[in-house]
Parts: sequence; C-alpha cells; structure tokens
Amino acid sequence: MVTKLAVSKNEKSSIEHSIKMEMKNLCVYYGKFRALTEINITVQSNKITAIIGPSGCGKSTLLRSFNRMNDLTPSARMDGEIFLDGENINTAGVDVVDVRRRVGMVFQRPNPFPKSIYDNVAFGPRLYGIRRKNDLDEIVEKSLHQSALWDEVKDKLHQSGFSLSGGQQQRLCISRALAVEPEVILMDEPASALDPISTLRIEELMHDLVKDYTIIIVTHNMQQAARVSDYTAMMMIDEHRSGRMIEFNETQIIFTNPKDKRTEDYVTGRFG
Amino acid sequence: MTINNEQNCWFDENIDMKKISVPHANGWLARFQRSTHHGDTLWSVLIIIASLLVLATVVAIGWMLWQQSTDARIKFGWAFVLPTSNATWDPLKGVYQSWAFIYTTLITSLFAIILAVPISIGIAIFLAELCPESIRLPLNWMIELLAAIPSVVYGLWGIFIFLPIVVVPVGQGLFVAFGQIPLLNSLFKGPIPLSGSSRLAASMILTIMIIPTITAISRDVLLAIPNTQREAAMGMGSTRWEMIWQVLLPYGLSGILGAVILGLGRALGETMAVTMVIGNSLEATNSLLTPGTTMASLLANQFKESVSQLHTDAMLEIGLTLFVITLILNMIARLLVWQVARRTPQEARA
Amino acid sequence: MTTTRFQELIAKNEALHSARRRITNSIMLAITGLLTLLALIPLFWIVGYVIYRGGSTINLDFFTQLARPLGVSGGGVLFSIEGTVVLTIISCLCAIPPGVLAAFYVASNPNTPLGVALRFGTDVLAGVPSIVMGLFIYVLIVVPEKHYSAWAGGLALAILMLPTIVRTTEEMLKLVPHTLHEASLGLGAPEWKTSLSVMFPAALNGIITGFLLAISRAVGETAPLLFTALGNDQYDLGKIIGGGIQYHQSLSAIIGRIINQPVDSLPLTLWKYALQPYPERIDQSWGVALVLMIFTLSIEIIARLWVESRKRALQG
Repeated sequence: MVTKLAVSKNEKSSIEHSIKMEMKNLCVYYGKFRALTEINITVQSNKITAIIGPSGCGKSTLLRSFNRMNDLTPSARMDGEIFLDGENINTAGVDVVDVRRRVGMVFQRPNPFPKSIYDNVAFGPRLYGIRRKNDLDEIVEKSLHQSALWDEVKDKLHQSGFSLSGGQQQRLCISRALAVEPEVILMDEPASALDPISTLRIEELMHDLVKDYTIIIVTHNMQQAARVSDYTAMMMIDEHRSGRMIEFNETQIIFTNPKDKRTEDYVTGRFG
Repeated sequence: MTINNEQNCWFDENIDMKKISVPHANGWLARFQRSTHHGDTLWSVLIIIASLLVLATVVAIGWMLWQQSTDARIKFGWAFVLPTSNATWDPLKGVYQSWAFIYTTLITSLFAIILAVPISIGIAIFLAELCPESIRLPLNWMIELLAAIPSVVYGLWGIFIFLPIVVVPVGQGLFVAFGQIPLLNSLFKGPIPLSGSSRLAASMILTIMIIPTITAISRDVLLAIPNTQREAAMGMGSTRWEMIWQVLLPYGLSGILGAVILGLGRALGETMAVTMVIGNSLEATNSLLTPGTTMASLLANQFKESVSQLHTDAMLEIGLTLFVITLILNMIARLLVWQVARRTPQEARA
Repeated sequence: MTTTRFQELIAKNEALHSARRRITNSIMLAITGLLTLLALIPLFWIVGYVIYRGGSTINLDFFTQLARPLGVSGGGVLFSIEGTVVLTIISCLCAIPPGVLAAFYVASNPNTPLGVALRFGTDVLAGVPSIVMGLFIYVLIVVPEKHYSAWAGGLALAILMLPTIVRTTEEMLKLVPHTLHEASLGLGAPEWKTSLSVMFPAALNGIITGFLLAISRAVGETAPLLFTALGNDQYDLGKIIGGGIQYHQSLSAIIGRIINQPVDSLPLTLWKYALQPYPERIDQSWGVALVLMIFTLSIEIIARLWVESRKRALQG
C-alpha cells in the first residue's frame, strides 16, 4: 500500500521556525559496513543547514538519506527514522517518488540532460503529465527566474543545456530541481566544481531561495558554511570508520564557540 | 667541500658530474630514441600503414565488383535492378532480371528488424538497468552465446525444427488474419508451404540471429551512460521506467541506432541460414509466405555452377548491387547517427 | 499562502497520474524481463537439440577419420576439423595485427582525413555481406591461382574479421579514461609505449571480447568459403606434416602444402551434408553441428575466463 504524505507545505509554514525534517537514530549500512551511526539532526524550515566534516566522513551519504537516494545502491540499508513534516519517510509504504519530488537535489557536478534548456527544466513537470505549452512555459520561466538564470538564457531556451558554462549549468540544474516545486533542496557541494565567481552567485542564490525553501547543504569549504548557513552539523568518522554527528548547533556557535574539541580543531583548520 | 657562508650554498669539487648524470645521454641509442621520438615516429608510420591497408581492402572490393561486372552492366543497363513485374531469371535463356532477389532481400531484412529492435532494446534495458547482480553475468553470457551459434546451425535447426513447429503455424495464422485484407494481402498471400520454406521463415530466423548483436551493443551503450544522469532523473522524483525511457534512451540514441544498423547489415548479408529456409524459388512473388531467393542465396546456389560468362557477370553484378545497397544504407545510418550526435553532446567539462 | 499554479495542476492530475506512472513502471519493467526470457528460449532449444541429435551420432571415428563414401561405416570429419583450425589461424594472423594497429590510429586521430575515412570504411566493410568477400577473394586470388586454397579462404575470413576488430578495439580504447593516457605521457612514456603498455591493457577486456566475437564468427562462417576454400574431404594434416618430415621437406614447403590446397571447414561440411537427401549425411550434419558449436562455445568460454581472471588480477 502506498500512502501519500498528507501534510503539505502550506499548513505548516504559518508557524515560524518549525521543524521541516528530522532524523532520529539513523544508521546507514552498505552491506555489512555501517557507514553512518546514530545520526540525530533537526532541520528548520526556511533555514540553511550545513553539514561539514573531513573527507570520507559520510556527509554525502547523510545528505542522500534525506531523499532516500541511497535506495538506488543495491546493498544500502537505512535504519532509523527520517521525518518530513512530521511523517516518517523511511518506511516501506511511502511513495518514494513523491518524497523525491518534495525533497529535491542538486549534485556536485552539474548534470544537465542532453536536451534543450527548456526541456531540462520542463522534464519534471512533464513527468506529472503537464503538457500544455502555456503551463510549461510559465513553469520554466518561473524556475529560471528563481535560479537567476532567466536573463542569460531567455533567448536561447532551445539550445542544448551543454552549451552553457559550468556555473550556468549548475544553475540550470537548480532550476530543474525547482520546477517540481520541492519543499526542501539538498545541495551536495554545489559549488565545488565551479570557479569562485560562480560559487559566489550560487551562494547569493541560496540566500534568495531560502525564503521559500528549506536548504541542506554539504560542503567541505568551511568558510562557505560559515557564510551561508544558519545551522551547522559537524560530522566525523569514528574508530569503526563509521560517520557520526559530533555536534549540531547554530552556525555562529559552531564557529566561534564550539562545544566539542574536535569541532574546534576542524573549524580552526588544525586538520581536515 | 667548499662552504660559501655568505650565499648559503655549497659545492663539492669531488663529485664527478659525468658519473651522476643520465647514463648514455649522448650514446647512439639515446640519439636514435630522440630522433624517432622514442619510437613514436615508427609507431605513427606503422599505424598509418595499417589504416591504409584496411581502407584499401574496402575500396578494392567495390572496385573489383564494379570492374568485373562491367560487361553485364553494359548489356543490361538499369533494367537489371529496377522493379520489374514478373522479373525472370533464366540463365539458360540468357534472361537476367534481378528485381525478385532485391525485393526478397529487403523485405526479409526489414521484417526482421521490425521484430528484433523492440525485443533487443527491451533486453538491453533489462540487462543494463534492472537485472539483479547475481544473474547479470550469466544472462549476459547467454545472450552473447546466441551470437556464437553459427549460421549453418541456425539453418539446420531451422529446416528440421523451427520451420515445422513455429513458422508454419505463424504463417498460417498470418494468412488467415491478413490474407484477405485488401492492402495487406499482397504481403500475406497464399498459404505457407507445408515445409515452411518461405520469406517469413527467413525473417524469423534472421530476427533471432540479429537480436544478440543489437542487444549487446545497446546494453553497452546504456551502461556507459554516466550515473549522474540517472541520479538527476530519479532525484527529481521520476520512476525507474521514466528515467530509462526519457533520459537514458535519448542519451544513448546514437549508439543504439548504430547497433540497429549493425543488426540490419547482418540481416541483409546473411546467407547460409536464409538459403536453407527460404525455399530458393526464382519466381517473382511479393508475399512473405511464399518461397523466394535473396541476392545472397542466389550467389550461394548458383555461382559455382555458372553456365556462361554472362551468367557469372550477371551474378557479379548482383554482388555489386548487394554491395551498393548495404553501402547506401550505411551512409543513411551514418547521417542519422551524425545528426543525433550533433544534438547529443559529450559530457561537459566545467 | 496561496497555492501555486503547479500545485493546482498537480492537484488536478496527480491522483490519476501517480497511479498510472507506477503501473506503467511496473508493466514496462516486467516486459523487459519477459523479453529477456523470450530471447533465451531459442538458445536452449537449439543447443539442447543439437546436443541430443548430434550426441547420438558422434563417436571416436567422427573425430579421427576422414570421410568415407556413403554406405561405408567408420567415416568421420577429421578433415573438416583440421581445415577449420588452419583457416582460423590464417585469418587471425592476417586480421588481428592490422586491425588493432588501425584501431590505435583511429582512436588517437579520429578527425584527420584518414581517421574519418577509416571509420567510414570500417562501417562499410562491416556491412559487406560475407558472400561478397568470397567473391572478392575468388576474383583476386582463386582465378589467377587457378585453384581453390586454404589461404584464399583464410584471407576471406580475415576481411570478415577486420571491422569487428577495428571497431571494438577503437571503442574500448576510447573508453579508457583520458586521464590514464595523460598520466602515462606525463610520466615521460612515449606514445607507443603508452598505447601498448597502458591503454591497450586497460581496454583489453573489451578488446578480447571483440577478438572472440570476430573469431567465433569466422569459425562459423560458410559463405566466404564457398568459392575460396571449396572443400576437401581428404585433407589430412597428419599426413602432410608427417610426410613432410619423412621426406625432409623444408618448413616453408610443408606450410605451403598445408595452405595451398582446398580445404573444408566444419560449417562448410555441415552445409553440404545437410542438403543431401541421405539420412546418414543428415545425421552426420547434426554431429558436425555439435562439434562446431562445442568449438565456438569453447573459444568464447576460454576467452571469457581469461578476461575474468585478468579482471581479478587487476583488482587483486
């Protein structure tokens, strides 16, 4: 039986600082190997939450758990609870396809489809059977506006997505994710493959987007985390090579007055 | 050792520079290596010669066919290959009209492609995207094993097993279903012979024979598509099928097209299995259900028993025709692939 | 909060649509699985039946005796097996070196005039029907030489193998990440050494598959041999080599005798026997089919095991 998640964005957003997503005791296994151990994290609505930590500590695995992308790996298994608007999405009965619409993802390297710019953005809506040109035009334009790409591409919507520069492609991928009107946007090191100017534009974009969306970002760039995020989660690998969350707090606190010595070492650059 | 304190450096007069520099830097071997760019010049020449050799072979085949069939071409003109009603091929009377063979070749291959492509792409999708890891390797092996079965074995099995058990019922069914419908009935006229020897038999065997070709290449094409494309689609909330149908297949279209063309090529030139099951009738009929002769099977049957020089020349002209048809199809295919490739760029580098 | 346009559209479509999407998904995926099963049916059917019919025909004589006239017992197809081996060796020697080298050229120079011409030419060659290759060699070699021969047949088969070898080798070389190529050059290795010691081994798994596809096909081909090798049911390598040694003939003379006469091959023998109206010959053709299939399947299996072991060596 597949149940549709009943609670929509509208009903909850009237409450300030409500909890959008939450994880309780999440453990992720690849086969017998436990990649993540007992992750507990609360993600506030309309805020940017950053996940930082040294390479290989499981940040991407954690991010991919939010929209159950780990399911695509055959040997992966997730134990624990993952809540979206109060409902547990880590159960068998959940419609994963709908979860992924509501929790969108932008990847490290831009990965546009080999289609036109228009068709890239329209891909999601078309999956939902939206066919009328007017509707699609409207959605495409809106999404491209939201990712600050519209002015640059409005005259060449039917050119291939690959004809854009790296930074533009990444913003195209963001438009594509936005076109299905998610509620949460997951960003996996979205600017690491881009030059500094494009990076800055992406960060500005995040500030705009967070008014309407909840953003969770993984980054290995601490300055970026300090710049953009409201909350920061610090992860580290334990003695069993499993990732753990060692501290989670407002960004201000993590970077100026961290409670855990390991966090302090990391953010002051003593290692990592 | 002299230590120069002012400049913070030192040098040791006792070190013999000749002994510690790269040995034989000026020996004959080193000079030879440098002059040939360490063998690269020789290598370049070698691979160019090999390429020219391969190219020369292709050209030579076409040239030979053209040359050798000159007499026949002059004698028969274009009428040899144009659609002719009641085309007759009678070496003893010196009548040579090849339309029946051209038609049969085209219709059997076309039908085989129509049947084989959906099946092959379906299998390729299963093998590349859906197959559980545990049975993937054995399944791949088994599909490729189908390609390893020689044509004559297909023919042998065809004559004694496949035709009576499968082709005859299918042929009878087609005859009953379509034999009376106005437009289609020319294609499905006349009940299928008792033995099953017919163009339909050839088509169906060809279908089985070209499935592995199209499947294996399509599967490899799908596997080569970067995972980021799959993640982009699934991450947006697409179902697996939507991801395959709307992202992967378009992405891999040029490669899959290439696979289909290879399959078509194999079908057109397939000789032995076809000759064994097609009935080898020289009559000019249109129906799938009657026996016929393809260009290749004509050559297989008659070339060694040529009754006259003209007969040989006419058959060489048939060889030329076959060559030209496959050439034209190849060019069309290349154009298609080139067009698709223009729209489907390689992965961008940031 | 007003609902957005998208949400409106979704609310109108979604209930119907998401169920339809799920059902379409399940059905289409199931169909692909069914098609796979469908394709495997002929495989098991043919192999099974050939084993069954052929198995009852073959015996030791089958493998060790030359052909005997109809009605005389104890005949075999040794001539055919030996012919197949000789033809295969000749065709591999003629096809693999130029094919691989040409592939290296195309892989590294795809856009030069020669590279473009070669890619086009290989495609053309791949589409040439095998019987036409037989015609070509017939005109080129058999007519001037005034006799059919093994080496003519081998050459015809080599032409057959060329496109597969060139294309597969090229494709596999292209799949090797360019970073590997650059790393090797960056370390100071010359291009040819990079090609042979780095790129070729990295692509080897796929290239071997190409070789064996080509060899398998060549072994099973009949059409090119119809007018080149012709057939020879008294071909006896043992006699040729043994006789050569006995009469102190030179190596080149012995080889000359091996390759310069008409020769049979398993598929050619099958073809001839299958069409004869004598039950004995038809039984024998099933036996030949079995031997032929064992031959081609062994080539595949041996090479595959080789590929797997190399893979394990690379990972180990």
